[in-house]
Order: sequence, then structure tokens, then C-alpha cells
Amino acid sequence: MRHRFLALTAALCLALPAFAQETPPSAEVSSSEIFAPEAAGEAPALTGLAAVLATYSGDIAKPSRKTIGPVIAEIGAAGEGAPAFLAAWADKRVGQAKDGRFYLIEKTKDGYALTDPVTGAAAGTVPKSELSELKPNAGVRGVIASALVEFQLSDPDPAQRRAALDALARNGAAEHLEPLRASIETEADPAIREQKERLERLLTVRFGTSSEERVAAIEHFNGDLALDVRGALNPIVVITRKVFEGAAEGNVAQVLRVGKDLGEEEAYLLLVEAGLAPARLTASERRAVLEANIDAGAVAGVPIAELDDPAKRNAAYKALVAEGKARAALTEREIGAALAGFTFADVYSETDATVTAAAALALQAIDTKVGVMQAADLGLDALSLASIYFLAAIGLAITFGVMGVINMAHGEFITMGAYTGYVVQLYIADYTTSILVALPLAFLITAGAGVAMERLVIRHLYKRPLETLLATFGISIALQQIFKNIFGTQARPLTSPAWLDGAWMINDVVSISYIRIAIFVLALIFLALFLWVMKRTRLGLEVRAVTQNPSMAASMGINPDRINMLTFGLGSGIAGIAGVAIGLFAKVTSELGSDYIVQSFMTVVVGGVGNIWGTLAGATLIGFLQKTIEWFNPSNTLAAQTYMILFIIAFIQFRPRGIIALKGRAAGD
Amino acid sequence: MAIKPGFLSKNPSVLVFLLVLAAFTLGVTLMSEAYGAGVVSTSFVKTLGKTLCLCLIAIAMDLIWGYTGILSLGHFAFFGLGGYMIGMWLMYARTREIVLGSQGALPPTPQELQDAIATQIFGVVGTSELPAIWSFAGSLPAQLALVVLVPGLLALIFGWLAFRSRVTGVYLSILTQAMTLALSLYLFQNESGLRGNNGLSGLQNIPGVAADQDHLSIWFLWASAGMLAAGYMLAAFVTSGKFGSVMRGIRDDEARVRFLGYSVESYKLFIFTLTAVIAAIAGALYYPQAGIINPGEMAPIASIYLAVWVAIGGRGRLYGAVVGAAFVSLVSTWFTGGRAPDLNLGFYTVKWVDWWQVLLGLSFVLVTLLAPKGLAGLVDLVQGLRHPNRGGDPMGPGDGSLREEEAVE
Repeated sequence: MRHRFLALTAALCLALPAFAQETPPSAEVSSSEIFAPEAAGEAPALTGLAAVLATYSGDIAKPSRKTIGPVIAEIGAAGEGAPAFLAAWADKRVGQAKDGRFYLIEKTKDGYALTDPVTGAAAGTVPKSELSELKPNAGVRGVIASALVEFQLSDPDPAQRRAALDALARNGAAEHLEPLRASIETEADPAIREQKERLERLLTVRFGTSSEERVAAIEHFNGDLALDVRGALNPIVVITRKVFEGAAEGNVAQVLRVGKDLGEEEAYLLLVEAGLAPARLTASERRAVLEANIDAGAVAGVPIAELDDPAKRNAAYKALVAEGKARAALTEREIGAALAGFTFADVYSETDATVTAAAALALQAIDTKVGVMQAADLGLDALSLASIYFLAAIGLAITFGVMGVINMAHGEFITMGAYTGYVVQLYIADYTTSILVALPLAFLITAGAGVAMERLVIRHLYKRPLETLLATFGISIALQQIFKNIFGTQARPLTSPAWLDGAWMINDVVSISYIRIAIFVLALIFLALFLWVMKRTRLGLEVRAVTQNPSMAASMGINPDRINMLTFGLGSGIAGIAGVAIGLFAKVTSELGSDYIVQSFMTVVVGGVGNIWGTLAGATLIGFLQKTIEWFNPSNTLAAQTYMILFIIAFIQFRPRGIIALKGRAAGD
Repeated sequence: MAIKPGFLSKNPSVLVFLLVLAAFTLGVTLMSEAYGAGVVSTSFVKTLGKTLCLCLIAIAMDLIWGYTGILSLGHFAFFGLGGYMIGMWLMYARTREIVLGSQGALPPTPQELQDAIATQIFGVVGTSELPAIWSFAGSLPAQLALVVLVPGLLALIFGWLAFRSRVTGVYLSILTQAMTLALSLYLFQNESGLRGNNGLSGLQNIPGVAADQDHLSIWFLWASAGMLAAGYMLAAFVTSGKFGSVMRGIRDDEARVRFLGYSVESYKLFIFTLTAVIAAIAGALYYPQAGIINPGEMAPIASIYLAVWVAIGGRGRLYGAVVGAAFVSLVSTWFTGGRAPDLNLGFYTVKWVDWWQVLLGLSFVLVTLLAPKGLAGLVDLVQGLRHPNRGGDPMGPGDGSLREEEAVE
């Protein structure tokens, strides 16, 4: 009780000058002011929140940022209903009735619906004139919010505590440090306690009072990759470039030597900006002066027509300077002298040298680790790209490698697969089922198209490989236009099932989306499938026989036409499945396939024709190469592709038959 | 070029071609808005002039593919490069005129002039520095030399690398396609110094020439026709003599020609570079008529279309290439221009703007399958020339096995 009395006195003393400062209050508010002490006096039976509200009703009704702190602390300590009241207050959902009592209010058509702040019971409805809304200003709301944090941090509900921690992590401030520290002691949940301790250290790094405390917190984060740590450390090591007339002052990061660490131009500009030296004469300024002094077709005796010569311009300007009509340009010597008189330095805005040193050291350690992690992330990206290329190229490798047939329409088969997925999703709403249906369906459709193409066109052109290329190109442009006519030019959605959404976050740097993992797995499955078909089945045996020597295979009773047809169907079918997979993360348009076709050819050519391991090696090489080049210049993927193609052209010089070249008779020609 | 006695008699098509070309040019001139009845609009004169340039690059394609058997999918890259080289001068000189016209009270210094031009040209890609590759852009003779030199050198280096390592057949096709893709991707970047995907524009205005577009279009038509005639005669000269025999030998059996002692690589390299230069000249004439050039024009697909034209026209004869290019590009303009009447099938109306590509693709397949000689094969029909029918099913599984009718003989 004694404590409360002291607080009351203090609050009143603090409040008085605040009232004097405020603008003249409105009639309603002033009546409540008069009312307030009476209410405090008349209701000695009140306890808890109700008592506090009654005691400080004046301050609450007309709060000021400077004085409201103790009152809010008092409310906070008042027990039941307090957090709700504070939250409502900060939200401008509190009103004061004519009798001086406070209510939580909700606007209705007729006026306000009232709720008792202590009991939470409804207290009827009053017309608008019977109640004045409390409208605390932004500063007061901030104070209330930070007081609320304290409650939330020790809220019995763990979800509330987590939410409060998240809010603090986003916009923590110095005043949150104490309540946070206080709440750690009583925290029962070990996970939240850990989170609180971590947040406490983060806030200490930024707002700690002693440098030992801050350095200790910084050192604790050594090698921590999380973004929030870097977010806390980076502002500490922010530097500004400053000019000093004498020796550099403050927390100096580095003294800059003019001409070595700092260019003369830049240094002089700093001087000009600081107002320590006159600006240099710019070309446009000189031009303006010359133009202003044109006199009868000449400037200072030099005819205008000759002023396109820089030397003549100089002469004319010098003449003007001699006449006193222009300011003299600075000479190099003058500039040198001006620069010599000053010290240039990078200065930390943080004044504590031990803290900046610790932060710089910690950041360096973090950077090293981030670098390693980025390399790992790049590796994952490259692996995923390689599996996409592998998937796109494996069908091509079969038709091109095994049969020696260039299929320019391969890209359109990929598109066909993606559109199959889209159409299936139109009929089957469940994404998981639709993908499971779409994969075999895409295989069947594109394999059918491939077989038809082989029967109708390619069969007649086996002896003319270059013309196969052209004929299949004709099919490619026809198919592409047909897709456009059917599906339109805009991208169509092919949605992946929910369990493929999101990404596997290893830490804040390394992550990979589940779709890419799925594609990687799919690529592995197809590698295994291909190997099984080729090495373990009758069809594979016959395909290998026809590949190596068609005449001999035919003599042994194998029908080469049939084998060619089946091989082509298999290659096309795999393109269709690749199309479904690619469509899951890329935009499904009629040009989807042609975006991948050149890379697919590259993969096959670089890898070596007629060997699945070659295709795998080619895809890996191209995937890693592209990602590595992109890493050097992340903003420019076009450049990455350009350099990759140049590399491949150069690579072909050294291994014209690819990474894994067939040798001996199998090599054919 | 000195025409040796017998040149025309060895190449009867040259005389016919030159006469037809001259009659065509004269006819268009007399029907144009500038010099004649005004029946043919200026924009159509430009289309015809551009078509003549396409015919010229088709001749180049025929030389490299029809005669030498190298399916290059990169000649449109050279075409585009030629266009870029002349476009640099056109744009620079025109901007220079504009800058000089809007100068202030003082005549600009050379530095100021260059800065102003650079700001005008490169403001669109956010820089105001003139890249180093524009060093010669102020001089017409230098840029004209670069029209020949840049694509020529590129072809020489690329060809030397490719032929030296014995890259042949479809591998070479894919490699040239990759080169084209790399070049167009490179030009798409703003850092390439050629205005990225904005390309060069306003090329239809010739600096220092006061004539209007009506006259300019006719002059360009004449220039294109002249260059096409020269290109045709050069190609006829190259293919008619011993050199031409070696070229055809390489096409039909490269290994045999090599074993006969010819340096196959040198022949290929010469033809590759020569055709690249012809393509570049065609491009340098084409783009001032088109008015704009951007990297999209050099995409690999353009080069494949070039092969389509030559194939439809008829490979291995020069007039075939010209007829193919002219026919396909004009018909294509007609269909895609929306002027072709819709075809009403009762249940579905075929709009040619949408279906022309399908028709082109399928007719291309049919030509490849059924009429490898292309449109020029019609000439053979008229003249009654026919290959003996050596068809019939093979009697054995191998490539060299006798065929039924041969066995009967």
C-alpha cells in the first residue's frame, strides 16, 4: 500500500507539468479530470485493475508520453484484465463514461457497446455523446506496446509467448531488454527459453549498456549463420567516410591515404561536400560562363566558330578570368595543397572500439562460413539443374545416340507432356492423383506421337540424317503453332501437390525446394530404368544389337524397323515425362520445350553419343558449369548461358566425340 | 570479275536469272511511287527489296549446304552481324546530325559531341558511355569494312576450330546453332554495347541524304538487286569450275576427296567464310530497309528457316535457293499479314494467321520426304530430265546391297 501511495504521488507530480503543457482540453475531458480524484477517494473498496484505473483516470484519459510510464507500469501490475485493457488502449478501443469509469468499447450503429475492463462482462450500450473515446498519441501507444510485451512474454499461453518473441525479433528496442531478461528466469518451456536467451543476446548486441556485455554477446554468435545475427551485427560496423582537419577522431576504422586508398577526385569531392574547399570548375560551368560572355560573335576575342577546340576554349576562359569576369579554375597544385591539409578516414558510427572490433571479427568468421555454405547451396542448385537437363536430354540421347537421328521436335514432345499434365488437372482436381495419372499418360501420348513420327517421316530418311533434322524441325514448328492455337499463348498452370510445396531449409543459407528434390529422384529413377531396359531386357539387347550393326542384327532375326520404332517411342515417351516434371516448376507455354532443346543437344553432344553415362556426365558438367558462371555474375543469367555455350564450343575442340566416346567398331563411322 | 569465255554457256541459268532480275527491278521501278505509276506502295517496295536480300543469303546457304553439304544453322548470325555493323554507322551518324542541330550557343568540342551522341543512343540502356566497339562508328568506310571483316573473321575462327577438329554432319549443325544462340544471348545483354534487346533503330533514315522514303526504297531495291546479281554470278563462278567439283565431292563423299589429296578443311573453311561474308553483305542491305535490328532476329530459328527456304526452293542449284527464299518469304508475308482469306471448313474456320506456321511446317516435311529437289525440281519436269528409277526394295539388309531392279538387269 505504501508503495502504491508513493507511485501515486510521483505520478501526480509528474502529471501536473504535463497538464500545463497540453493544449486546452475539451469540455468532456476537463469534467473527467475534475471527477478523477473524487472517484479515487470515493471508492476505497476497489481493488486490482479497477482501483488503478480509478486512481489514474486523469492520466489515462489524457496521457502524455513523458509521464505515462509509471501509470502503465502500475496498470501492468494490477492483475486480471490488465493486458486486455492495455491492448485495447493501444488500439484506441477504450472510452471513458461521464462517471469517469473506463470501458472497452466497440462501435455500433447506436453508439458504443461497453465491456467492463476488469470482469470482461458486457456493460450495456451508450449513445455517442455519453462517452469520450481515448485517443493516445503514437508515443504513448509505443510505451503501452512495450509494456504489453512484458505481459506477453510471461503469458501462460506458449503461443502468445512465441508471438511476442517474434514481434520483438522484428522490432526490438532498448526498453525491451529488461522485461525480456526478467522473463527468462521464469520460463518453463525449454524451447522458448532458448529462443528468449538468443533474443536477449541479439538485443544485448544492439542495446547493451556496457561494452563487456556486448562483446560477450557478440562472441557468443561466432559462426552463427542466421540472418538475424548478421542483421544485428552489420549496423555496428557501418562506416562513414569523413574529413578531419587534424588527426582523425572517433572510432576510426581506417585512415585513408590520398592517392592510394582514396582517389584524388573522390577525396576532393569529400572536401567540397564538407564545405572545406571550393568546387572544381566543371566543363558545363565553363561552357555556361563562355556562353554568357559572347560578345559580337566572339568570346574574349576568340571567334565562336573556333570554340569547338578545347585548347581555344581554355584560352578564351583564361582571358575572361584575366578580365575578372570568371573565377579562376583550380590548378592541380592547388588541389594537391588543399588535400594535404586534411585527413581522410573511415569512421564507425558505433563509438565503442572493442565492440566494433569484436563485431568485425565475428562477421568475418560468419562470412567465411557463409561462403562455404553458399558453395554447398550452389552445389545443390547445380545438381538440380543437372538433373533437369539430364531428364530433358535422356530421351534425346536415346533417339540421337542410339539411332543417330536428330529429333528437333524433342522439345515439342516435352511441351506435349507438360500440356498433358495441365489437361489432366482440368479433369482430376486432386493434385497428387492427377500427377500420378499424368505421368504415365504423358508417356503414352508422347510415345504414340513419337512412334507415329517415326513411321510416317523418319523411317524414310534414315540414310539422310541432315534431312531428318530438317523434317523434324518442320514438325516442330507445326506442333508449336498447334499448341498455340489450342492452348493460347499465355502460360497455363500445372500445380504441384501440396506435399511438394516449400523447401528443405538446412540453414539460412542452404535450402532446396522439394520439387527439385523430386526431379532429382525422378532423374535417378530414369537412369535406373534405362539401364535396366538396356542391360536386362530382350528389347535392350535387340536395341544394342541394331545400334552396333543393323545388317548383322537383321540377319540374326531381329526386325530393325520394329526396334527403331520402339526405341523412338521410348525416347519420346521419356520426353513427355520430363515435360510433366519441368512443367511443375516452369511456366507451361508452347515454348517450354524449345527453351531446353539447345541445352539438351549440348548435353548429349558434350557427354558423348550413344552412352547413357556420357549423357549423365554431360548434364552434370553443364549444370555445374552454368551455376558456377552464374555465381560469378549472379545478376546476369544471359551472360552465364553465353559463356557456357562458348565453353562447350571450345570443349568440342578437345573432345569432338564427347566426354565418353565410343571406341572401336561401336563408334561406327 | 572477268567472265571467261564459256562462263555463260557453262551456266545457262546466269543469263536467264540476270534478265529476269533486271526485268523485275525495272518493272518495280516503273510501278513505284517515286519513279512511276505509283501502283506499288513504298512499303511493298521495301518488302521486295528485303526479299532480294533474303535471296542473296539463300544463295550463300545453298553454297554451303546445297553444294558443300555443310548444314550451317548459323548464317543468320552473320546476316545480323552485318546489319549491326552498318546499323552502328547509321545510328551514330544520324544521332550526330540531331545533336549538331540542337546545339547551344557554342560549337561542341569533339568530346562534348561524342558524349551527347552516347547519351542519346545509350540513354535507353542506362549508360552514357560510348563502348569501345563504337570507336569506328563515325566513319562510313570503316563500318563498311567491318561489315565484311567482323563476320568474316568470326566465320574464319569458328570454322577453323570446327573443321580442324573434324566436326561434321549433325554435330556441326548443332555447333553452329550453339554459336548463333551464344551470339544472340550475348547481344541481348545491355553490357554488349549494342543496346541489348532494344537493338538499333531508326535505320531507315540515311544520314546526309535528303531524299524521302519513296526514293530511298527504290535505291535500296536497286542496290539489293545489283548485289544479288553479283552474288549470283560469284556463286556460279565458284561452283562451275574445278573448285565446284571439289565442293560437290566433299558433299557426296568427304573421305574419298580427302584421300584423293585435297585439303578438305581448307575448302570448307573458304566456303564457310565466303558465305558468311555474303550473308553479312545481305544483312547490311536488309536492315536499312527494315529500319530496326534486334538480337531476336539472330535467334537460331531464323537460320533454320533459311535452311527451310533453300530446301523448298531446291538445294544444289542457285536459282532454286533464290526461288525458294522469294517464294516462301513472300507467301509468308501474305499469310501472316492477314490478307489471306479465311478458309471455312464448315465446322471450323481456318484463320491463316494462326495456321500458316502449321502449313509451312507440314509442307516442309512433305518437301523433304517427297520432293528433295524442291521447287526447282519442276524445271527438271519441264525439261523432261529424270533420274533413272533405281528404286525397289533392297535385297539384303546392308546399305550397299543390290536392289531388286538392279539385280534384274
